[in-house]
Amino acid sequence: MSTTALPAASPETASAPQRSPRRARNRRRARTAGWRYASLVLVLLALVGPLVVPLLGAFKGPGEAMFGPGATVFPQQWSLDAFGDLFEQTDVLRAFGNSIIVCTLIVASRLILSTMGGYILSRRGWRGRDLMTLIVLSALIFPFESIMVSLFAQVRDLGYYNSLVGVWLPLMLEAFHLLLMRAAFLGVPDELENAALLDGANEWQRFWHIFLPQTRGALVIVGLTSFIFAWEDYLWPVVVLRDDTKFTLMLAITQLESAFGFDYRVVLAGAIVAFLPLLIIFFLAQKYFFRGIEEGGLKF
Amino acid sequence: MARAVTSLGGAARYRKWWVPYLWCVPPVAAVVAFSVYPFFNTVLLSFTDARPLGGAGGFVGLQNYQDLLRDEEFWSALLNSVVYALCVVPVLTVLPLLLALLVRDRLPGIGIFRSLFYLPAVASVVVVALAWSYLLKDDGLINALLKDTGLVQSSLPFLTGRWWVLISAMLITIWKGLPYYMILYLSALANVDRSLYEAAEMDGAGSVRKFFHITLPGVRLMMNLVAVLVMIGSMKVFSEVFLLTNGTGGIGGESSTLTMYIRDIGIADSTYGSLGLGGAASVVLFVLTVGLVLLSQRLNRKSEEQ
Repeated sequence: MSTTALPAASPETASAPQRSPRRARNRRRARTAGWRYASLVLVLLALVGPLVVPLLGAFKGPGEAMFGPGATVFPQQWSLDAFGDLFEQTDVLRAFGNSIIVCTLIVASRLILSTMGGYILSRRGWRGRDLMTLIVLSALIFPFESIMVSLFAQVRDLGYYNSLVGVWLPLMLEAFHLLLMRAAFLGVPDELENAALLDGANEWQRFWHIFLPQTRGALVIVGLTSFIFAWEDYLWPVVVLRDDTKFTLMLAITQLESAFGFDYRVVLAGAIVAFLPLLIIFFLAQKYFFRGIEEGGLKF
Repeated sequence: MARAVTSLGGAARYRKWWVPYLWCVPPVAAVVAFSVYPFFNTVLLSFTDARPLGGAGGFVGLQNYQDLLRDEEFWSALLNSVVYALCVVPVLTVLPLLLALLVRDRLPGIGIFRSLFYLPAVASVVVVALAWSYLLKDDGLINALLKDTGLVQSSLPFLTGRWWVLISAMLITIWKGLPYYMILYLSALANVDRSLYEAAEMDGAGSVRKFFHITLPGVRLMMNLVAVLVMIGSMKVFSEVFLLTNGTGGIGGESSTLTMYIRDIGIADSTYGSLGLGGAASVVLFVLTVGLVLLSQRLNRKSEEQ
């Protein structure tokens, strides 16, 4: 390989001075790529390890050490024994059902209310729109934690303390979702609506046939984030539920530690059961997930 | 009206004038009932002696606020929350940006890394706290590793000491928040003009200079947003500390945060709890959160002007 920069005499030597720095650059790139992958793997271990290593413990055989000397990271004999105990000896299935009920209520009401409100707040031609938008917008500055005392009193006065309906009521609509849908409806071209108006379509037909199909992406985001939130929420259920027959899965899982502290495998098996549905949804809906968050699926 | 040319007038839109109100009343009512009204009701409650399980309670003036200021547990919870926020905000503002830079380039297989990195954010705080408390126990894996490598002689009390509990909780918050804010930074980085980097390379700029002169100005707005989001989130921290201490807040509740205090004093104890006192603490939490956000915006604007 020629490293001297000769004046252009023949095609070969002419290309040499150009090729040589390029090769050096390629080599540098390969080296930085190597470093890049090494650090990626390191970060991967740090981010995924603390989640996977404990959960592996759920697959240990009966009598295997969970803590202290003699405990291994990987199970010495793989077993689903702990899951059997979990389903037989605890109410985790009922809690699973309770969580499904709460999730269904929250996802349905959030989808319906945020599309209804988002649609009408995005349309012109009626009085009071700005005031209504302002009211919804103002809701964003009140953190849930600072209003939960009142929410507790409200739910109690309505007679829904210690019930699944009580879990759902204050969480039925997220103002941010409504504004997200409003933004999505604002993005639908005027021509589509005008054409529908000329065809004599009524409010409902325009909403259902013209607008909703145009905002499918935003709908998926609202549905997904609502489900994940409802599935994972801990603070409000722990405030409003008292009987363990009403517990959502998240509450039931935390109960396992006091009941099954002697067999930690069962506790970890419970954590896996709580995690699995979200894991599946995440990998199926990854595309929407990342795009959704980039487009503004922010949590407030 | 310029837009009237391209669209039809209001009269043609709705067959009845009240139709739009029919659409907007249910969602707006939900927002008012469960977001706006509760705030004013919380302020109202803070001037009463209402109990968790009964009655509206009578007006007691500023009694609750006076009690609050005299309650040592309140001050301890306040301190814990503020320290928590002050430690978490800088880390969760900077670290996710570095992570985003790491996964920014379209290397082969980067998609797999990105989605696996996201797992801590997908797992619920309950699952994550369970996994971490398993690791952080006195005879858990982390203490075993620390002792094996000779870094410590005896186990560190990650789940019992006041500050250790808070440090463990911060660790969980940071670890779980990293991938979430990484995605936000990725979307901001996508808008940074690539040709700026090439031009800087031509001028012989190293990666440090490129970071400070191109990347940082490019993601400045997002950085501001992330800092505010993290601050709001960490001031009201609850689940991490609550779960690591099995709901007790540590020995004598010494690691309790402000939100835990609100729940403990206001709601959890149905006979002796006081919605009024909880309401007063809620008002403090609200004022503190909004105040910190406004302060950070002010500082930010000042530093931008310079």
